[in-house]
Amino acid sequence: MIEALKARDALMQSIRAFFHSEGFIEVETPVRLRTPCMELHIDAEPSGDHYLRTSPELCHKKLLARGAEKIFEVAKCFRQGERGHLHNPEYTMLEWYRTGGDYMTALADTQNLLQAVRCAVPVALTGEWQIFSVEEVFEKFAGWNPVENFDADRFDFDLVEKIEPELPKDCPVVLKDYPAELCALARLKPGRPEVAERWELYLNGIEIANAYSELTDPIEQRARFEKWGAQRHSFGKPVYDLDEEFFQCLEKMPQACGVALGLDRLLMILVSAKSLDEVLPFRE
Amino acid sequence: MYSASDLRKGLKIEIDGDPCVITDFQFSKPGKGQAIYRCKIRNLNTGNSFEKSYRSVDKVKKAALESRDFTFSYEAGDDYIFSDNETYEEVHLSAEQLGDQRFFIVEDMQVEILFHNNKALDITLPNFVEKAIAETEPGARGDTATNVTKPAKIDNGYEINVPIFINEGDIVRIDTRTGEYSDRVAKG
Repeated sequence: MIEALKARDALMQSIRAFFHSEGFIEVETPVRLRTPCMELHIDAEPSGDHYLRTSPELCHKKLLARGAEKIFEVAKCFRQGERGHLHNPEYTMLEWYRTGGDYMTALADTQNLLQAVRCAVPVALTGEWQIFSVEEVFEKFAGWNPVENFDADRFDFDLVEKIEPELPKDCPVVLKDYPAELCALARLKPGRPEVAERWELYLNGIEIANAYSELTDPIEQRARFEKWGAQRHSFGKPVYDLDEEFFQCLEKMPQACGVALGLDRLLMILVSAKSLDEVLPFRE
Repeated sequence: MYSASDLRKGLKIEIDGDPCVITDFQFSKPGKGQAIYRCKIRNLNTGNSFEKSYRSVDKVKKAALESRDFTFSYEAGDDYIFSDNETYEEVHLSAEQLGDQRFFIVEDMQVEILFHNNKALDITLPNFVEKAIAETEPGARGDTATNVTKPAKIDNGYEINVPIFINEGDIVRIDTRTGEYSDRVAKG
């Protein structure tokens, strides 16, 4: 466990050094929110009359709207009912945004970050990056196209059971261009609105980061939140109030891209751990 | 009914009328997707194992299992006969059904038998049983090391590894859950 603590310390130092050298500033945003982000399958933990954040995303975008250009945060986040060898209800997310770029700019940032991290921790993330479209891997490993014929249940089952086990483990793998139905806050691809500009990074076959070209259209964003609110209601899940300030900020927010990266999982990979149990000193 | 979030290793559930036990359990949740509970399941009637995944919205039937206290009565051929502590009803379990557990059954032993629709599925013995060592090589005098072991047999021929200081006639305690030597109760 002491080795894992030392590795985490080295990782944190290299992450902060990387972002500062790239001109990002570290920010701190509220952990308790009145209006957590309305995602279909992410449940927020109540905290008095607030909720614990499931992501710092909405606050970061408010900062971009107020003029911040490159920001990052090492953010403790909370998700109800998520516990497994790759999940803990309380975990650390590294989230960063930069204005002006799209999801491919975010990919370059991620590649540079992991290059910098590799120097700090004595384990290599070797292999050329491989980038596949979601359509490509589904057609190859599951035999259907989820963009042409979207089926939410089939998508999740096949992703977990057919796709993820087949992804190469010896190099970073990126899946990009998700069906438009599966993008909470991502922009639809210009000229191809049936897919969203979103990618997910896998290291060692483990999902590590999610990135978007950010949606800046408050009308479309509101419509998505309202649609999920209705679906959450039909599942018997709590429906959160909408963050009106967030919609107002979106109007002023410049085009931007952002990445959320699971730091505990990255640490697992760097120290070759099989479970979060090996890197989180306090697991219930 | 269980909801998918109740699922865990060891839970007994019913699938298509058959009692089953979850032998391995993994929580997965892809990116923005729904939670998927991936289970390895053993059918307790047939012994077959298979895999099945559930979503959070899925419901899973509880196995209608009943557990009753029995006393071991006697052995008849390949059958072991137990009697219900309350109703005195007799239940036969075959050597095959009992597996290695049959070696640890002793006179008047109190056991718990698990039933599904009045069919005996599983038996739970007390965690420890005391048995005499029937056969083993003599141990070296004064050698009390516990990390060196040698094979030994108990009266019914079951073989276990015991520390080197155990001799024929000694009474040892065996952990019935693992089938392994636990400690010495008395010198022979």
